[in-house]
Amino acid sequence: MMAATSNNGPPIRILVAKPGLDGHDRGAKVVAHALKDAGMEVIYSGLHQSLPAIVNTALQEAVDVIGLSIMSGAHLPISQRLIEMAREKGLEDVLLVVGGVIPHKDIEALMAMGVAGVFPGGTPFDDFTDAIADLVAQQRKA
Amino acid sequence: MGVAKYIRDDKDAIKEVELSSGIEVQPSYGPQDLERVGFDYATDLGEPGQFPFTRSLHPQGYRTRAWTTRQYSGFGTPAETNERWKMLIAHGQTGLNVAFDLPTQMGYDSDDEMAFGEVGRVGMAVDTLADLEIAFEGIDLTGIGSGLTINAVACVMLAMYEALARRRGVDPHKISATPQNDILKEIIGRGAWIFPVRPAVELTCDVIEYATAQGNLPRCNPVSVCGYHIRESGATPAQEIAFAFGIAFAYIDNVVARGYTPEQVAGRFSFNFNIFGNLWEQVAKFRAARKLWAKLLSERYGISDKKALFLRGLFGGGGMGLTKAQPLNNIVRSAYYALGAALGGAQTTALCSYDEAYTIPTPQAALISLRTLNILMEEVGLRDTVDPLAGSYFIETLTKEMEGKILEEMARVDQWGGMVAAVESGEVQRLVSRQAYEWERELQKGERVKVGVNKYTEEGEEAEVELHEYSMDTADKQIAALEEVRRSRSAAEVKRTLATLEAAARAGDNVMPSLVECCLAYASVGEMAGVLRQVFGEMDEPKIF
Repeated sequence: MMAATSNNGPPIRILVAKPGLDGHDRGAKVVAHALKDAGMEVIYSGLHQSLPAIVNTALQEAVDVIGLSIMSGAHLPISQRLIEMAREKGLEDVLLVVGGVIPHKDIEALMAMGVAGVFPGGTPFDDFTDAIADLVAQQRKA
Repeated sequence: MGVAKYIRDDKDAIKEVELSSGIEVQPSYGPQDLERVGFDYATDLGEPGQFPFTRSLHPQGYRTRAWTTRQYSGFGTPAETNERWKMLIAHGQTGLNVAFDLPTQMGYDSDDEMAFGEVGRVGMAVDTLADLEIAFEGIDLTGIGSGLTINAVACVMLAMYEALARRRGVDPHKISATPQNDILKEIIGRGAWIFPVRPAVELTCDVIEYATAQGNLPRCNPVSVCGYHIRESGATPAQEIAFAFGIAFAYIDNVVARGYTPEQVAGRFSFNFNIFGNLWEQVAKFRAARKLWAKLLSERYGISDKKALFLRGLFGGGGMGLTKAQPLNNIVRSAYYALGAALGGAQTTALCSYDEAYTIPTPQAALISLRTLNILMEEVGLRDTVDPLAGSYFIETLTKEMEGKILEEMARVDQWGGMVAAVESGEVQRLVSRQAYEWERELQKGERVKVGVNKYTEEGEEAEVELHEYSMDTADKQIAALEEVRRSRSAAEVKRTLATLEAAARAGDNVMPSLVECCLAYASVGEMAGVLRQVFGEMDEPKIF
């Protein structure tokens, strides 16, 4: 809770997005609640979002962070594509974090492709809210 | 999840217990408690197999019929799924519970852009009747009941199942399928919805009407109302039952308004309820639900035919109770959940496999689930006598209290204006997601104990679980097969049948007869759903949390 509000800039804006066809949104909504309670401004995409739609929402809402919730196992190709599309749209400053059913063995690959943080299901709320706040603070300093 | 809240003193003695549904449990129970809750033997319990069926639908319970087992399975191409099904049947499984991949559930063909990366991933890919022909190759359609886990386009899949029978020369009167076909719960808790709420409910009810009408599919239960997924999304056990009943009433009212008697319609309903959580609460939930369903149907619709009052269904799963941490513990958890289902009188069951929090179950994990169910029925005595907990001061009090909680939650549904309105406005989604957050927060604070998660945890590496490898080849194979079907079928016949479907949908006629024709012409799921998308549009989800 402290970290999210301790930087002196404007509140962190984060888009919690559900890419693709998977409809399991319990996790995404729980995370959205936790981020909001940590003082962030949360935009929830709703289900079945195409990647271009997510990038557009991120652009329109001027978010600091895109958080993808992926339960279907398709986290590697989806994250890769989203990073490419975000670059094409000039969203280099927007951080991408990923949560959901993510096996530990895939975390390294996700980080290598440019994902800023990976938070598998069950990550304590404080761990990811603090981590996101720190990541945004660093990004804003840079 | 689903564990009760315990308040302890400084010597670790339990001072207070509060079940998920908000019921306080006392340290002991006696006859005075039955009096306190107004328990009456004849009206609250009665004989097994007699109204209100609290004890069982059948006089001797599992003595005369053990539960049927239906492990959820399906992945990859239809040929791969066929292989797994034959394995499960060879090992004694008595029904199939078919998993479809997301493109199929969402009405997209495997070569649709929206299907990218998802073909055959979380279930079997089905594009046309040719796929069902492969998936059910060598499986006797008259000897097995198939649960079809599909909702938004359940109409398409049940039509395809009928087309499969017709193509094989099997009398559709002899096939038994239960499409899940519950779009309201899908919108609340599982997310594979397509159409706006009201036309989506009409499609669900088209399936119910079609199976109910004389001469179509007399052995099919056309809907499985799933409190299950609402519970997985954050509902309490009492809400799980109350919201499912609210949904069931919405569908019954719709089909009755089409000119059927409540008896004809309600008698075809089945339910899917969850089994994770506090053992006593689940047992009481199932007993209270069986009783309330019979009572409410007779009060609300004047139904008297005994069999039309039966709460049929699958009590199983338990996914939300399982953990990623220390996954082998899930085998033990599931066994206790299944015990609760058996003590609650489940007719049909299935268990989530221990590795399911990570992956599509391995054959070994699926088999352990099946054997867990076998052990309960055949080794430890669950078939000995019907409703063994009947007459327990605690269980009878709790069943009565649970009944009261369910009725309270049903009153909430009435205040929302019924389930259709509650889903349309997003009220019910808002409630369950808020509860899911609070649960998770209490778990993280250690207010509720989950072994291996917030107590008895192990430091270090994630446990080794064999992951089901997904191969992009699956999509290539599936798309090649679809292209072959497109080449070999009669384009004119596809065009004609799709036009008939469109006309029926626009006229507000039941779409099922024309869907069967489309399937027989090898029209694809994407083509049929595409017609329905064109006519009905897509839902604009309330983006609230």
